[in-house]
This record gives sequence, structure tokens and C-alpha cells, in this order.
Amino acid sequence: MNWQSYLRWPIVLAGLLAVWQLIVTATGVPHYILPAPHRVAATLVERWPLIVDHAGVTIAEIVLGLVFGTLLGVVGALTVAAFRPARRWLLPILVASQAVPVFALAPILVLWIGYGMASKVVMAMLIIFFPVTAAFLDGLRRTESGWIDLAQTMTAGHGSAWRQTAILLFRIRVPAALPALASGIRVAAAVAPIGAVVGEWVGSSAGLGFLMLQANGRMQIDLMFAALLVLAVFGVLLWFTLDALLRRLLPWQTDSFSLDAETDNAQ
Amino acid sequence: MNEHDPATTNLPGDGITVDLHVVRHSLGGRVLFEALDMSVAGGAVTCLLGPSGVGKSTLLRLLAGLAPPEPGDRFVCSDGGPLTGRVAYMDQRDLLLPWLDVLGNVTLGRRLRGEPRAIDRARRLIGQVGLAGREHDPPSALSGGMRQRAALARTLMEDRPIVLMDEPFSMLDALNRYRLQAMAAELLGGRTVLLVTHDPSEALRLGHRIHVMTGEPARLDQALSPPGPTPREPTDQSLVPFQRELMARLGMRTGGGS
Repeated sequence: MNWQSYLRWPIVLAGLLAVWQLIVTATGVPHYILPAPHRVAATLVERWPLIVDHAGVTIAEIVLGLVFGTLLGVVGALTVAAFRPARRWLLPILVASQAVPVFALAPILVLWIGYGMASKVVMAMLIIFFPVTAAFLDGLRRTESGWIDLAQTMTAGHGSAWRQTAILLFRIRVPAALPALASGIRVAAAVAPIGAVVGEWVGSSAGLGFLMLQANGRMQIDLMFAALLVLAVFGVLLWFTLDALLRRLLPWQTDSFSLDAETDNAQ
Repeated sequence: MNEHDPATTNLPGDGITVDLHVVRHSLGGRVLFEALDMSVAGGAVTCLLGPSGVGKSTLLRLLAGLAPPEPGDRFVCSDGGPLTGRVAYMDQRDLLLPWLDVLGNVTLGRRLRGEPRAIDRARRLIGQVGLAGREHDPPSALSGGMRQRAALARTLMEDRPIVLMDEPFSMLDALNRYRLQAMAAELLGGRTVLLVTHDPSEALRLGHRIHVMTGEPARLDQALSPPGPTPREPTDQSLVPFQRELMARLGMRTGGGS
């Protein structure tokens, strides 16, 4: 990383704020339609305790959804990769689960699981597990065939065929697919807030989505924007933290979705 | 079809001789082998030359257990033991796992089988291939030549009596290839080696027996047995007639001619 990459984000942020202010000044749009940045900042400071309370709920939903969604995705991909019949039966179900819009499922989930956090966590899981499954499965199916050949000659005649398959899966194919899984997790981190917030819109008593809906109803558009801002900042932080963590854990390969691919070239 | 004459043999040791008989093998509608017999001499390096696509690598994969044999195919070891589990395989690609360091890659076979890692032996082999001090480097920190040397150390670490090599040095530059050939000749001594190559000079440098495989279905000619210990120097004048003979066998039968 050089000084340019550290400066890039503040510059982008300042640019966005400038454009925002420019639009407000130039169009003279009333503050209850589009509040100016300074109004939102003032509301953010003024209502900070309220926003933090609700943000905590949403963040917990996102993080839990991410953890369980990733686990579900990993288990799903391993099942499909390990058992051939599972591919035929599970893949159509996986694809069908994505054809149903999560927005349509939200009211049903709230009805079944209730207004609490659980329904939002499940919503986030539903959104997350598919990119994770798809990416990991793709990685598992694209193992360098030479590595498999090598491991096969090394383990031939040692233990049962079942044991050999398990060794190939867990010692060669899974590690080889970890960079693919990492890119699935990066996508998941980017979409996880959608699940939580949509869940909150449909029915809840806490969370940033709930706060935004309430503020909207009371024409407190600055509060709505403040909540949105917190959500956006958290989303970006979550993505960067995960990206840094994944790069640290998997130093041997960066993929195109990671920012590192770009900075590596710049060095 | 065991053609060597014990009186004039130039074989250095008495490892396991593998006699193979392939009934029939086809790939993508082409019949590669039909009633093919071959004897891989024990404790010696047998080189297999031939035009690309003739089936050299397929034959190697059959022996390595990586391609399913047909009913009737026979792989008989001279000591009566099985072939499965006694074969080490080295590819033209180094096939180092990027998530393991050099030491981890060299000890891969033992790790996969759940055996003790035998670190001392691994370190000694890594030193023998000139990588001492690089034990904990990831493969990405090594040059192409170093990576292939690590792959050679991994092959030797397996300590199998039979070693199958599929154009193991073809991706290297001339100097690295020359060095690795010498290293391989020394370190593989006493093992039964079947080395597939497209390079007649490599075959002459390393082979105690040299077969040329041509045709469809593929046929093997009578083996050439160049004299002298390996690795032979490329400047060795006594190899010139063998070189000429190999070129002729490769050229004439493929219809090329050089």
C-alpha cells in the first residue's frame, strides 16, 4: 500500500459530499426531500444514542447472518461436491431458492419466526448462502487435475477408496478452493445488509431499517439519511475488515474481487 | 517382450522390472494401444520417445493407476509384489501446492497418508537438490528451476522403487534442464524409472534403455542401449550414432524426416 491508496478513500468521500452539497444548493430542494450534508451530520450527533441502539441490532443481524449463511453455504457446497447424487437433487433446490425473491419471503419469515432478530438473521442467511455455495462449489470442482493425480499416486493402496476420497477432498480440493470461497464471502459481505434491512422493513421493533421507516413516517428525513449513512459506513468497514482478514489467511492467492489485486499491480 | 541380453547389459542395478501388457486402450475414439507389450528394466532408466499424441503419457498414467485399466491389462512386477502403492509420479508441471511451504510440499505424501513426516530426511533431500535454507519459502517465492527441484525432492521423498516421469524437465530453460538431469540421474540411481520425453538428447543423457513409440495403435521398437554411465555428456562423441538412429526412427515413421 502506498500513500495514494490511503488517500483515495477520503478523497472519494469528500467528492461525494461536495456533489451532494452542490445538488442541494443548485436545485434548492427542500430539506424534507433531500437534507444537506451538514443537517445530516447535526442529526447524527444529536440522535447518536438512538442511532447506536438501533445500529447494534442491525449489525448483530448482519454478522450473525453472515456467519450462519457462510456455514450453510460451506456445508451445502461440500455436500454437493462430496456426493454425486446430491448434485442432481440439491442443485435445482439451490437455484430455485434464489428464483424466489427474498422480498416476497420476508413477510412469511416474519409470520413464522416473529418480529425479533431471528427472522432478519434468516433473511440475511438466505441472501448470503447462495453466493457462498456457488463460489465454493465452483472452486471445489475446478481443482488443478495434476494435484489430484499426484495425491492419488501418493495415497494409492493406503486405506479404503472412501478414505482416499476423503483425503483428496479435505487435504487437496478444499484448500485449493479456499480462494474461491473467499470471493464468495466477499460478495456475501456486500449483500448481507440487504437481507437484514429488508427484514426490518417488513416487520420489526428495532434496527436501522425500522428507524428509517419510522423517520420516514414522521418526515424526519435527516434522521433517515443519518441511519442510512451509518449503515453504509458499517457495510464498507465490514467488507474491508473481511477482505483484509481473508488476504491474511490466504496469502497465496488474491482474486480479482479483492482490492489487493489492484494494489499489487501498483507496487 | 524382454529384449535385453544379460551378457551386454549396461544396467546399473537390480530393481523391480515391470512387464506390462495392454490389451486395448482408446481415447476419444482413437485406438492408442492394441496388444502392447513392454518391459521396464529394473533399476534402470527407460526413456520413452515418440511424437506427441502417440500415447506416451497415457501409458504412464496407466502404470501410475491414474487411468482405469481394461480387463486383461497386466502389470507384473518381477518381485511378485503389486504395482499399486509402489509408484512415485513426477509431472512436467511442478504441482507444488501453493498453500504449503517447500518442506510441506516435499513431505506431502507422508502427510496425506498420515505417516510421520520424517523431517530430517526431507531436509537432507531438499539440501541435495540445492534448496537448503528455502524449506519455509512458499512455492511462489521460487524460480521455475527451483520449483521443479522441489518437485524432484518430493518425488524422492516418496522413496518408491518405481518412478514415473512425464517430461519432467520440459518446462525448464536449457541450463536448468541440464542441471536437473544430472541431479535426477544421481538421485534416482537404483530405482526403476520410466521417463517420457520428446527430446532425443535427454533420452541419450539419462536412458539406459530408449524406446521409440510410433503409430496408431502405438508400437514400440527394439530398445536402444547407449553405453556408459549416466548422466552422459551431450558432447560425448560415441552418442552421435545413437542420436542419428533415434532421429531416423522418429523421423521415418512419422513421415517427417530431418
